[in-house]
Amino acid sequence: MNLPAPHALIAEDEPLLAAALQYELAQAWPELQVVATVGDGLSAVREALALRPEVLFFDIRMPGQSGLDAAAELVDAWPDGQPFPALVFLTAYDQYAVQAFEAQAVDYLLKPLQAGRLQKTVARVRALLAARSGAAPLPETTLAQLRSLLGAGLAPATGAAPTGGPLRFIQAGHGSRIDMVPVDEVLVFEAADKYVRVLTASREHLIRTPLRELLAQLDTQQFWQIHRGTLVRASAITSAVRSDSGKLTLQLHGRPEAFAVSRLYAAQFKAM
Amino acid sequence: MDTDTATKAAPAPKIDWIDKLRYLLQTLAFSLAIAAIQYAIRPERPYEFPLVYSLAIGSLTWACIDFGRHLFPSRSATGWPAGWAGVALPACGMVLGYLGGTALADAWFGFSSWEASGRAQLRVSVVITLVAGLAVTYFFYTRGKAAYLQVHVAQAQRDATETRLKLLEAQLEPHMMFNTLANLRVLIATDPPRAQAMLDHLIAYLRATLGGARSTLHPLQDEFARLADYLEIMAVRMGPRLAFTLDLPDALRAVPVPPLLLQPLVENAIRHGLEPQVAGGQIDVRASTRPGPAGSLLVLEVVDSGVGLGAAPAHDTDRPGSHFGLTQVRERLATLYSAQGTLELIAGEAHGTCARVTFPLNSSTP
Repeated sequence: MNLPAPHALIAEDEPLLAAALQYELAQAWPELQVVATVGDGLSAVREALALRPEVLFFDIRMPGQSGLDAAAELVDAWPDGQPFPALVFLTAYDQYAVQAFEAQAVDYLLKPLQAGRLQKTVARVRALLAARSGAAPLPETTLAQLRSLLGAGLAPATGAAPTGGPLRFIQAGHGSRIDMVPVDEVLVFEAADKYVRVLTASREHLIRTPLRELLAQLDTQQFWQIHRGTLVRASAITSAVRSDSGKLTLQLHGRPEAFAVSRLYAAQFKAM
Repeated sequence: MDTDTATKAAPAPKIDWIDKLRYLLQTLAFSLAIAAIQYAIRPERPYEFPLVYSLAIGSLTWACIDFGRHLFPSRSATGWPAGWAGVALPACGMVLGYLGGTALADAWFGFSSWEASGRAQLRVSVVITLVAGLAVTYFFYTRGKAAYLQVHVAQAQRDATETRLKLLEAQLEPHMMFNTLANLRVLIATDPPRAQAMLDHLIAYLRATLGGARSTLHPLQDEFARLADYLEIMAVRMGPRLAFTLDLPDALRAVPVPPLLLQPLVENAIRHGLEPQVAGGQIDVRASTRPGPAGSLLVLEVVDSGVGLGAAPAHDTDRPGSHFGLTQVRERLATLYSAQGTLELIAGEAHGTCARVTFPLNSSTP
């Protein structure tokens, strides 16, 4: 084969399973070099950026950061012009992963690993790498699947979410007082540590409800996700500006600051 | 469908006309029985007399009470007005039914019960109305209550079944099962003796989980053996990220304890304490005693060096069964030892969590 030997990174928190995957890969794809094996999501992002492998095997459930979150972070941090690695998810049991990967541009593997199934994955990844041996940009299908995975993770998991219908008011505590903030006045929801910042044109509130829980109760036509941690009111967007380095930022009507758009969600902003 | 009644009593529940017809027929049956008794006592009078009076008074009394109760806010389950209205309603119903029914029957026969000739009969019919009215009202009331209780018993049974299912689901979580099997699959090829040992632990764990005999007690050493099974499985899976100790003093080995009481606490320590922590950590399970107000208390502790109570905000809530385990332990302690059984969660100094279960050592409670 005229391609250079491909490199792979394995992120799997159970040592025996990581070793087994490495062993099975050595059988199914002898040229592939596993350059690193890590056990958590944070190391996965760090090592992937440092080593730039062509193939990533990410376990979905890992300490520190899930495989899905790690992949989303990696998409943003990945340098422009470099082809994004072929991404394969590993999971013991995730009903939503099975649904979301039906298109199969990136693959998923169910644990316990079956050698025959792994061979199919290897064939698929090799075909993908061969097809884009030049410097191809990040394929939109990968982004779309990652978006749907990140979205799919929240709907069935939070038991309370879909019951109350669309959210009308945000109850924000200020000391002993609770402010009722109409959702219609909110311009931005932004995750910050354990809190979510709720920005209106004139004020800022902090609430404890996680962003993913809020997302399930908000009208996605009204609030667009522009980053893993940011929702903005679509009707308040005045412009999207692309910087020289390719980063996209939004200006909102009524807020002075700019809001960064993740590469994962940048496809929404294209000139007509 | 019944717009006229609906507008009259807005908050009252919808009237079920099939039910109403059934009650009316039952009332008529009672009235016929009363008329028959009266006829048996005084066979010299025509049967038509007691029949008409009984039917008129009975059905009118029924109508006043049964339709009247829709005018009051009622306890939704029994369908009977709460408080004073529940007593006043049958009283008023009986007075109105008696007066109105007598007037109707009088009109039928064309004379007045209130004249001198009918006075003796009047006393008798007052007593009959009172006794029969009370009896019939009581009959309907208890029937409503019985139906209400039946619904509640069924609900309680459903709740209990659901709790058992949720418990099983939490313990046989697919992630746990498939990851364990994946590890076993690797060990079978690479290290058969270790695979066998892990399989034995898995078998013991499954037997305990699926056994379901949670109401009887077993010795504390059995409880510790089940925890050891689970922790051994997790130690294979997590490798160097999990270390654990089990500390059971010899004197406490035979103490009877509820089976699998500590299991959810150990699972929580791993899932919410160690799993989110990149470096993993240590779990210590220990048993001790301490003096209590009424005899010695058994103290069982599950201590982990994980991320602690304050951390892992969203992480905690989006997995099934995360708060369920603690609730379940609390409920079992409350059922078995009432206020003497407690579960405390104590945050560690730097990080980590201690779950402490305390209950009487020499309790004869089942």
